[in-house]
Amino acid sequence: MELVVSAAIGIVTAAGLYLILRSTTFSVILGLTLLSYAVNALIFVSGRLGATTPPLTLPGAAGHADPLPQALVLTAIVIGFGMTAYLVALALKAKGESDSDHVDAREER
Amino acid sequence: MSHLPILPILIPFVTAAALLVLRQTAARSRRVLSAASLAALVGSSILLVIAVDDGLIRTYRVGDWPAPFGIVLVADRLAALMVALTAMLAVAASLAAASGLDAAGRHFHAFFHLQLAGLNGAFLTGDLFNLFVFFEILLLASYALLAHGGGLERTRAGLAYVVINLTGSALFLITLGLTYGTLGTLNMADLAYVLPRVAPEDQPLVRTTLALLATVFVLKAALLPLGFWLPHVYAAASLPAALLFVVMTKVGVYALLRVATVGFATASYSADILSPWLFWLAIGTIALGAIGALAAVRFATVVASIVIISSGTLLIGVADGGAPAHAATLFYLINTTAVAGGLFLISDMMARQRGSASDALEKGPHLAAARMLGGAYLFLAVAASGVPPLSGFLAKLMLMQSLAGSELVFVAWAALLLSGFVVALVLARAASTFFWEHGRGELPEQSMKPVAVPSLGSRHAEVALLGMVACVCAITFGAAPISNYARDAAAQLAKPASYVEAVLGDPAAIKRERRP
Repeated sequence: MELVVSAAIGIVTAAGLYLILRSTTFSVILGLTLLSYAVNALIFVSGRLGATTPPLTLPGAAGHADPLPQALVLTAIVIGFGMTAYLVALALKAKGESDSDHVDAREER
Repeated sequence: MSHLPILPILIPFVTAAALLVLRQTAARSRRVLSAASLAALVGSSILLVIAVDDGLIRTYRVGDWPAPFGIVLVADRLAALMVALTAMLAVAASLAAASGLDAAGRHFHAFFHLQLAGLNGAFLTGDLFNLFVFFEILLLASYALLAHGGGLERTRAGLAYVVINLTGSALFLITLGLTYGTLGTLNMADLAYVLPRVAPEDQPLVRTTLALLATVFVLKAALLPLGFWLPHVYAAASLPAALLFVVMTKVGVYALLRVATVGFATASYSADILSPWLFWLAIGTIALGAIGALAAVRFATVVASIVIISSGTLLIGVADGGAPAHAATLFYLINTTAVAGGLFLISDMMARQRGSASDALEKGPHLAAARMLGGAYLFLAVAASGVPPLSGFLAKLMLMQSLAGSELVFVAWAALLLSGFVVALVLARAASTFFWEHGRGELPEQSMKPVAVPSLGSRHAEVALLGMVACVCAITFGAAPISNYARDAAAQLAKPASYVEAVLGDPAAIKRERRP
């Protein structure tokens, strides 16, 4: 399971980085979204992977999942969502002002 | 437990919320509320500096949860100094905004105070995750402040700025995930306790994590390969935003200094993370800033390049790692913040008078109040280039003395002296263009006349500029007490054990869960 999860996070991160390096704002926003998905998954698994541990402390259960990464990832998701929303608004503004979707808000030469 | 450490965060936060609610009220009442809140912030930050000057580290447990588990704020000499410095610059920015610049956007004051809350939070927080949260608060406010005033140039700069900082935030989150995964804590004091106790097989991963963390902070501080966003963004920002941005590179320097002293230095395998690359990249940053200053065609870009040079200079001090270098770094930081703020003020005041020529380094109309502007310019230029007798010279001298023992002393000295020379050259060239070559050239007659200065406007900005000049004077004449304070702050940083004890008490007594 560790191998699958870490490989998935790695692939999504790589895809996100590739898209961030593209020249259109649309790709860059998609890239940042992918990157934040990967990052959120990474934070989430920092509490260790386990298929049998209950999410809460239950009477009689041997252990429970670490609650802190869940709280951290929730904060990270909210912040990432807000930031992406702002970036989308900014990209639309740039598109409206310059009539170009290029990250430099200029026509490609 | 005194509530003083949380006040510099709480006051701007509450003000920002109130200003959002009161967005329909007259601009004047919002301005008054903003000024009153700022006065309270200045008061509380001065109280904080006085309180922590007895050498005790003040902690504040939010909700009284015990330290490594709850949110904790830590106010030591360094944090209090940064908070006070931010408040000083905020007063100048607020005065500049009151000259009418704040009318361009209804939410200006709300974002302004939100950014102050984020800055103060970043300086006072005691754990890495809250450092991330406060970074995001100050960044989100800075995104909005950068767009303040509108225009394609700002949108263009904003797009690049937001994307690079979002990528930086993603990197920050990666380091937080790895830190929690390997060390099981994000509290900085707890980090200092846990780091030396990491199992040898985990040490390479922890080392990588800490190096990534340093990368996040040097991105904020605009170190060489990561600093190309800065000139564009700072030169595009409106005046009050640019003034606050001057502190933002210092946040990166502060955070690096904090984790380097409390974190990296406490374990043998992580002590050398910053060397030797940070030193050479800092030298490269100075070179980049010098080249940028020489090549600039606008005065705001010159000032932004000076900010880059000062960032590189500060990071040389951080890279050295000794307490004397840290003390000199802090003294230099106070000086360079005041000087860069003053230069941004001058840049905007000239640009507003010069009509279409704006702040471009070319012949323009005659400047009104040229004596006053020119006098302040000369004063700040002397302080910026490190020529005697002002505080810039003292700061550079302290830094050079503190580096005297290191192997690469001559490289550092050459970089500091040559960058000072370049700054002097560029500022002198710009001054002769602005103050002496006006009126000549083939500009149409109309644009020769001084553009009518907004009457309300210039007064506030002039007061802010005089305030900055007074600050540089105060730093020069008060060099002894300020450098003593900086030395004490550096000495406090050199003893991470006292930081750990203030936050956690006895870290060995904390009940920890065994992690798989």
